[in-house]
Amino acid sequence: MDNSDVFKGLASQAGVTISVLYLARLREVLGTDREELTLPGAAPTVAALRAFLLERGGVWSKELAPDRPVRVAVNQDMARSDTVLRTGDEIALFPPVTGG
Amino acid sequence: MRVQMQDFDVSGEMAVMRAGNPAIGAITSFVGLVRDLNEGDCVSEMILEHYPGMTERSLERIVQEARARWDIIDVLVVHRIGPLRPLDQIVLVMVAGAHRGEAFSACEFVMDYLKTQAPFWKKEQTPAGGRWVDARDSDDAAAKRWQQ
Repeated sequence: MDNSDVFKGLASQAGVTISVLYLARLREVLGTDREELTLPGAAPTVAALRAFLLERGGVWSKELAPDRPVRVAVNQDMARSDTVLRTGDEIALFPPVTGG
Repeated sequence: MRVQMQDFDVSGEMAVMRAGNPAIGAITSFVGLVRDLNEGDCVSEMILEHYPGMTERSLERIVQEARARWDIIDVLVVHRIGPLRPLDQIVLVMVAGAHRGEAFSACEFVMDYLKTQAPFWKKEQTPAGGRWVDARDSDDAAAKRWQQ
């Protein structure tokens, strides 16, 4: 085990700390506009975040269920379910957009 | 690209766009307005919310894409946020080109992409209370046309 393995081990223990924003209708039904979260693992994905929040049950499992059309942006760019999250990232969850 | 609470003046914006540029042969514009009726219910007020930062980036990207697709001279997008009432202007897209064809197409493209990609949301007030406007499949279909 060299130093980089030791570092990766520490990082995965510490997890990944991110800011999560909830916008528009999601903010209202979830009752919160933002939170800081630490996800386990060294390289969690958008899908992992959604699964983590779903575990909270209640309105979270209803609103973030796989069949609900939730959009996710990472650092203000549209993301996919396999987009990897890193410490310091700003993640936003929101419904399909309705401007114009 | 501007995101603002205050109203905009279409003819004033057009005067600025065409000033001093004799290469412009056509200007097209689209203005979206608040209607007093949606899904069969009276709408007394509408609140426009957005995601500051991402909104500007997304509008910038849509305009860049339009410039890459058509030979156009100038593009302006103004989108209002905050509380709006029926008759109010919501959004302005204005495109200048040498000829009308590109200006018409680019204007429609920007509007179709804005509708499906720019992070704005509408919440309308009806006699039954407030409700978030649902995204429409027809808007997705309109944006997809440009991918063929």
